Amino acid sequence: MKNLIRKVPHLLPVALLALTLIGSQPALAQEAGDHQYTSEAIETGSRLYAQQCALCHGPQGDVVDGVNLRIGQFPTVQSDDDLRQVVTQGAAEGRMPAFSLRAEELDGVIAFIRAGFDPDGVAVKIGDPVRGKALFDGEGQCADCHRVRGVGPRTAPDLSNIGSIRTPAALQRNMLDPAAALFPINRPVRIVTRNEETIVGRRLNEDTYTVQIVDSNERLRSLKKSDLVTYEISNEPSKQPTTLSSDEVADVIGYLLTLRGL
Amino acid sequence: MEKIISRYTTKNMARSGLIAVLSFLSFSAIGQVSYERILDAESEPENWLTYNGGYMSQRYSLLEQVTPDNVANLKLQWTLQNQVFGAWQSNPIIVDGIMYVTERPNSVIALDAITGRVFWKYRHVPAENSLVCCGANNRGVAVLGDKVFMGTLDARLVALDRVNGSPLWDVEVGDVNQAYSVTMAPLVVKDKVIVGVGGGEFGIRGYVVAYDAETGEQAWKTYTIPGPGEPNHDSWEGDDWQHGGAPVWITGSFDAELNLSYWGVGNPGPDWNAGQRPGDNLYSDSVIALDADSGELKWYFQFTPNDAYDYDSVQVPVLADIVWRGTPSKVMMWANRNGYFYVLDRVTGKFLQGKPYVTVNWSSGLDENGRPIPTPQPEGMPTYPGNQGGTNWYPPSYSPRTGLFYFSAWQDYATIYRAEESEYTPGRAFLGGGFSVLAPAPGAPTIGIGRTNPINNWTNEVGYASLKAMDPQTGEAVWSYDQFDVSDSGMLTTASDLLFTGGREGYFHAIDARTGELLWNINLGGQIVMAPVTYMVDGVQYVSVISGHALSTFALPN
Repeated sequence: MKNLIRKVPHLLPVALLALTLIGSQPALAQEAGDHQYTSEAIETGSRLYAQQCALCHGPQGDVVDGVNLRIGQFPTVQSDDDLRQVVTQGAAEGRMPAFSLRAEELDGVIAFIRAGFDPDGVAVKIGDPVRGKALFDGEGQCADCHRVRGVGPRTAPDLSNIGSIRTPAALQRNMLDPAAALFPINRPVRIVTRNEETIVGRRLNEDTYTVQIVDSNERLRSLKKSDLVTYEISNEPSKQPTTLSSDEVADVIGYLLTLRGL
Repeated sequence: MEKIISRYTTKNMARSGLIAVLSFLSFSAIGQVSYERILDAESEPENWLTYNGGYMSQRYSLLEQVTPDNVANLKLQWTLQNQVFGAWQSNPIIVDGIMYVTERPNSVIALDAITGRVFWKYRHVPAENSLVCCGANNRGVAVLGDKVFMGTLDARLVALDRVNGSPLWDVEVGDVNQAYSVTMAPLVVKDKVIVGVGGGEFGIRGYVVAYDAETGEQAWKTYTIPGPGEPNHDSWEGDDWQHGGAPVWITGSFDAELNLSYWGVGNPGPDWNAGQRPGDNLYSDSVIALDADSGELKWYFQFTPNDAYDYDSVQVPVLADIVWRGTPSKVMMWANRNGYFYVLDRVTGKFLQGKPYVTVNWSSGLDENGRPIPTPQPEGMPTYPGNQGGTNWYPPSYSPRTGLFYFSAWQDYATIYRAEESEYTPGRAFLGGGFSVLAPAPGAPTIGIGRTNPINNWTNEVGYASLKAMDPQTGEAVWSYDQFDVSDSGMLTTASDLLFTGGREGYFHAIDARTGELLWNINLGGQIVMAPVTYMVDGVQYVSVISGHALSTFALPN
């Protein structure tokens, strides 16, 4: 079985590319004043988070089920004061322990969480959402693959809540350099089964013996790898870097940021 | 009706008499889990008497009712549902048809190993200020005589009556206010119960400590960081030794002939800023050999001097008597978190062989004494293996029949470390920086400690599991078996050349121990983060494994 599966290329070159990209960004400085915490607080919080929170919550804040700190998804917390209470008193029947932090540390970690884990910040130009929607549906060709609020194909990820799960910088990167920005799970796959059926689609989940995909006909398929003759994960993203102008990209980002789920 | 009742009563009374006799018998049977029985555990493969199945820690069972030919017929017999969420890393102990397993944070459950029905449950509520880095884990109990022993999150050791679960004694192992804890299953040797302490992320000073099993009185205590005047104290500078970590959080092994107990020692603190604690930082990231009666240090071997990567050497010391390149030898095999697989002489601690089993770039190799040649990566660049290591605490297995050593490795997994000056404050995290797991795209999901998400959206590009069957003679894998996600599962081998293991995906696998061929698997749905065990009651062989929040037990039909 293993011989039939084409190995995904070694990750180091991809990773180095990603690092290069990260390294090039601090040049774009975050404008002050667009959040209520200081840059120093965010920086303090970033350090504290790595030391005390990341072991359980993970570097992206998404390891604990039902909690995604980076995008502000919590089981109970709404206000910053709620967040303070959980950190200082613990929660979830002790699975989240209580932390005794100094005041500036507590402010810092909340600032870091509220800043979407972006200690350096990136000044991304955000344009007009109305123009952005027109570009999304028209010239930008986004709607050819992406679905928003029940309209459009399901082959690419649904973007109805993309504004609450991605930072402006990540949205920009995805449009300008999709090869580097695309998460591996979203890469196109091409499968040929023993029954000589060719399936093209996108992975939703995978394990050692099976893969779950949504195919080009928008069908949910779960396939046993032992039934596959070919299983290829493309190195190429499903889309090319956008040809929109930088103002137009800013407009599309403006629109995407309005998509915050139901 | 009346008649029936009276008949039933009579019968019942007769049965009560029988029970009285039986209880007397079973009482004396219970008194018989002697040191000699544990020492000779191999001769009663129907039981699983210690954490690793025997003092050699091979996790190899002589039971052979389940074979490569019939393993696909295994059927679920019963399930025990855990009532507490969180990774369930407990190793069950089985004595004469009774299973003892722990549940988070510090409960002990005694149950019927045939039906899974519970006899008793003991709850210890750890102090509210208990502090552990990586979850309220407990990895199981030890037994001796009529007692069960459990270490606790608030660094206590509790002895319970094996028949009714009543506490008999309860002693302080370490100061909970300084973040000492016990998560490992104790090791019983002769008349003593031995444990080590966790807290390597909180600036403890680690130790191994032995108690009289009868009274709980401390018999000896050996620090894993030598104090002033002791040998190797100069491997630390200033007062770094006072809060240098070196915890012991995995059960050790024992060689009765040498009277040596062996313990894997964890990381130095602060974890990621090696520059803040110059020197080799002995005995962090080492194996230490302690006299079982006195605790005296007889030898040590350090795998990772002045560690900057959290490469705890808390792996199980796996002992074997093999012909090593023509000479009958007492060896110790060790797949270390630092990415190297070692063979040591366990009489002297002499290094025999060491080779990388995964990509390693923090070191370019080992010298003739087994000391690594360091090649620290530039700031911001990935280090292989990553923070969770090439492997970790998951118990390996050695099969004397195949001569192979089996363990879970993490392949192609790397971490970017950030070192930072860190001030020691008692009872607070003492980490010296932070780390991030190397991701294939900025912001892409990665892997952490354990798995709680049923969807794998990080993919094998962040790292994946590779079960390796190592030949100790060559230090090379004879075969390997890969999984898409990483695995924290331990191993079990049997005399019928079966290998049982799991993984984070929740599959329970039976694999041919000789060839690596998959013979049977079943999706149990939750991460498997301990090794399976096997036992026999009334002529039936059982295989038990914990997946997610359920302990499932399998056997052949009829």
